[in-house]
Amino acid sequence: MHIVVLAKVVPDPEGPPSSYEVNPADKRVVARGLPPVINPFDENALELAIRVKERIGGSVTLLSLGRNLSRAVILKAMAAGADASVLLEDEAWDQALLDSRATATLLAAALRKLEPFDLVLCGRQASDTNAGVVGLGVARLLGIPAVTLARSLEVEGGRVVVERVLSDGCEVVECDLPALVTVSGEAGELRYPSLQAIRAARELPQRVLGPKELEGDVPPPWMETVCLEPPRRERRCRLVEADSPAEAGEKLALLLWEEGVI
Amino acid sequence: MAGGGREIIVLAEVGEGGDPTVLTLELLGLARGLVSEQGMVTAVVLGSHLEGALDEIASRGADRVIYLEHPSLAPYNPEAWQAVLEPYLEEQGAGLILAGHTCLGQDLLPRLAFSLEAGVVTDCVGIRAGEDSFLFTKPVYGGNALATMRVTTPLALATVRSRVGEVLPPSSPGGELVPLPADPPAVTRMVVRERRSLEAGECPLEEARVVVSGGRGMGGREGFEMLRELARLLGGAVGASRPPVDSGWAPATCQVGITGKVVAPELYIAVAISGSSQHLSGMCDSGKVVAINKDPEAYIFKVSDYGVVGDWKEVLPAFISRLRELV
Repeated sequence: MHIVVLAKVVPDPEGPPSSYEVNPADKRVVARGLPPVINPFDENALELAIRVKERIGGSVTLLSLGRNLSRAVILKAMAAGADASVLLEDEAWDQALLDSRATATLLAAALRKLEPFDLVLCGRQASDTNAGVVGLGVARLLGIPAVTLARSLEVEGGRVVVERVLSDGCEVVECDLPALVTVSGEAGELRYPSLQAIRAARELPQRVLGPKELEGDVPPPWMETVCLEPPRRERRCRLVEADSPAEAGEKLALLLWEEGVI
Repeated sequence: MAGGGREIIVLAEVGEGGDPTVLTLELLGLARGLVSEQGMVTAVVLGSHLEGALDEIASRGADRVIYLEHPSLAPYNPEAWQAVLEPYLEEQGAGLILAGHTCLGQDLLPRLAFSLEAGVVTDCVGIRAGEDSFLFTKPVYGGNALATMRVTTPLALATVRSRVGEVLPPSSPGGELVPLPADPPAVTRMVVRERRSLEAGECPLEEARVVVSGGRGMGGREGFEMLRELARLLGGAVGASRPPVDSGWAPATCQVGITGKVVAPELYIAVAISGSSQHLSGMCDSGKVVAINKDPEAYIFKVSDYGVVGDWKEVLPAFISRLRELV
């Protein structure tokens, strides 16, 4: 069983809002002082991959794309239970400039070099672009089926059985292998590696691939960013004044009733 | 030239009860506002029992309703839907395809985009017609920035959040109903084995009219019991910010935020939530927002319509008992 996990390196999405600086001029968001991390949903995907490996054996390869990828971040993710990593790295492969089409094309080209694989896992969306498009694009370019929003999965007799999260419950989908599955937060957090495991991960095979090693060119984009601005969501808040918190609670109920909110 | 006088297609969703979802009707209203005078709005409806939904959809802004009823189209199977949709969409040459930013829309539109070789913008909070193309606004970086995107292909696809469009009043006569002459494939590489709905009495967070959410300040599972009581009273659902989910006080399915569920209820009550960007981005389109927090400096008050500064342990019991008398 060979599982490839697509992992994007992003600025820590749990950072405080003040650390995000929106630069309208060059249409970029600068995350000041935020450490790079693996996109949290991709971490969920890696956790599911490791669970499959623990149950039925096999190997897990971590695949990441970008410019100046943090080796420490990749190493820590590998230490959680991956067996190898492949980094697609080039000055031109700046994630802020590649659209989902270009990203999916590069990842699909790399996956063809990693064949044979049985399962490709990635997060349901990246925390920076918040799009959820690349995984499905990769599956389409490789001609393999894709299942989205997994919270758990099992491999049984050459097929993958995925429990998908829905708004009104869940469903179980069975799919031929090889397949791509996108993973949701409900899958659970990635286990934390021990210091010993992080040290040992340094010995694991790591490859770096550039434009020369991948077949095909980066296709022209299907979309572009016109502008970036800070979010607008402030409202005028009416604070309920009262002598005690309990009285404030009662007054709030009355106010909402009077104003037709409830 | 994207947009222009071209057709806008809305991919409709029909709920378990057989009615079109509110979001579907909102998308029709949105499309009506975007389409030019020469253009038309087409709704495409796929499923197994559609009879009740079609007339409703036809009367809410669709010039035409293209439909296909077939047992293998419900529950949603992306490969079956793609097989019947793609040849039709290819031939149609529309300028814009809209779907809700739902489990179905998020799954389907990126697939269609790559098949039709067109750009897709997901999780849109606004769409407007620019000079020669549509402009799509969406939150990025966990809601810390708002991006406006343009699609450079002739066809653009977008998934749209609740409350971006407005439901139009019913019109008569509605658009014409046209069956789609297509057959879903007999075999697909994936099959839905079973579907489990929420337990009776539980309301899906995304569809709830009222959402009552708790944050780190709830301090434990017990606090969420009181939130459930409040949600039951208001016919709503219980949500949570990320810390209670990480601490195991609330299930992951409850998490509201850009990394969890995006909600836009009529009323959102945030209890002991300070207001991280990623949480705010998942609820900022709510109708009215009420915040209860003991920290007067909490950011949540800046994005709320009503607020009480105080410990929820004292505020909520009084709030709930007064509400009981009122509702």
